[in-house]
Amino acid sequence: MTDSSFLREMEAKTGQPISLCYQCKKCSGGCPVSSVRDIQTNEILRLVQLGQKDKLLESSSIWLCIGCKTCAARCPNKVNGAKVMDALKSLSMKDRKKIGDPHSAAFHDCFLTTVEYTGRLYDLAMVGMYKLKTGTFFNDLKLGMEMGKRGKMPILPHRIHRLREVKEIFRKARVKKV
Amino acid sequence: MKLSYYPGCSLHANATEYDASTQSVFQTLGMTLEELPDWNCCGASSGHSTDDFLALALPMRNLVLAEQQAAKDLVLPCAACYNLLKDADHQICAGTEKALKVNKEVAEIMSAEYQGTVNVKHPLEILTQPDILAKIEQQTVKPLRGLKIVTYYGCLLSRPYHVAFDNPEQPKTMDDLLRKAGADVLKWSYKTDCCGGSLVLSQTDVVVNIITNLVEAAHQAGAQAIATACPLCLVTLDTRQDKVKQKIPVFYFTELLGIGFGATDSRQWMKKHIINPMPLLQSLQLL
Repeated sequence: MTDSSFLREMEAKTGQPISLCYQCKKCSGGCPVSSVRDIQTNEILRLVQLGQKDKLLESSSIWLCIGCKTCAARCPNKVNGAKVMDALKSLSMKDRKKIGDPHSAAFHDCFLTTVEYTGRLYDLAMVGMYKLKTGTFFNDLKLGMEMGKRGKMPILPHRIHRLREVKEIFRKARVKKV
Repeated sequence: MKLSYYPGCSLHANATEYDASTQSVFQTLGMTLEELPDWNCCGASSGHSTDDFLALALPMRNLVLAEQQAAKDLVLPCAACYNLLKDADHQICAGTEKALKVNKEVAEIMSAEYQGTVNVKHPLEILTQPDILAKIEQQTVKPLRGLKIVTYYGCLLSRPYHVAFDNPEQPKTMDDLLRKAGADVLKWSYKTDCCGGSLVLSQTDVVVNIITNLVEAAHQAGAQAIATACPLCLVTLDTRQDKVKQKIPVFYFTELLGIGFGATDSRQWMKKHIINPMPLLQSLQLL
């Protein structure tokens, strides 16, 4: 018997009627990364229905979701596939046992760290941290210089005045799980 | 006429030409954009991809700020910021359980809940109002004659349905706008295909392939350039045409409008692009 507790948990977390998915595959048909994914969008939804939590949380396919919401726009049952991917990614980050795409997870970590510290994205620090975390120092060196030459990566961050409010938001995110 | 303005992080960093051209275009049309003081990052992809509280709370702080400033209309040029704030506003107005809970938490921090009174707008919505379109025609002193262009809306302006102000599969607001400015807007089937922007650093190869397909489609349509309304789309298109033999320049639609208005700063905006658009513009005697 399939344990439906994971399905219930995911439906509550995402607010999406995942049980209604009847595998029409319109989602996978429109997905821009379907050609590079091991597990397709419709298969991910089916695995949620079947309670395959570990397989999903450890997969790299959930991280390949770009968040384009083409699946959400086309689903006849109004299931927002992108929100399902988001929930799986966030559960995977909480677990941290085996993240299927450490580079994407590292990117999000670095992005949000700069937002927590300044209230806004600080590109230079985000890219620097990302390069350090992933060891991808030599990727995009030339591009980085071209961006720098054109003033597209400010050297100094802008700290918002009421930064305490943003820090509180991050603190609540860590403590409370709404 | 004053409108409240939320530029977002990109418009202050890698998309300053979008900021400058948007402000210039609105100014010419008699509308001043007043930046919302102390706005914070909307969270972009990273917020909603990793935490459902951040996904709503980061945009919500900005909506509360807008209400505290008595801002009725809030203009957001960045498609991602627009999508997130519009979605948060929609969820509050629709009374979804999660959004109401997050609102209470944000109220503990901001001493105010979001009341759902802010009109979250993208410049395309405002600029295609009939009275503004008429003004655009008047102000276009240098029509973009001969410029063969395709319009690229990307994902976040078009989906999901409650966020889209235009048809999600075949939008035409940008097409109408650029036609009014004299450009030859061509038909193509990739208006709302994703550029892959959020994975550009972590899955670069995947994104390069997506961009290659998009640019080839633009060439097949007969386009000389692509017009966009999202900083992520432009930067991704501008910087990842590695595998494209005949690179194609990319513009913000506001830059093209500005060139049509004869804006004095337009050359400065062009200097920010990685793929230099000047040869194309000079060949058409537009700049």
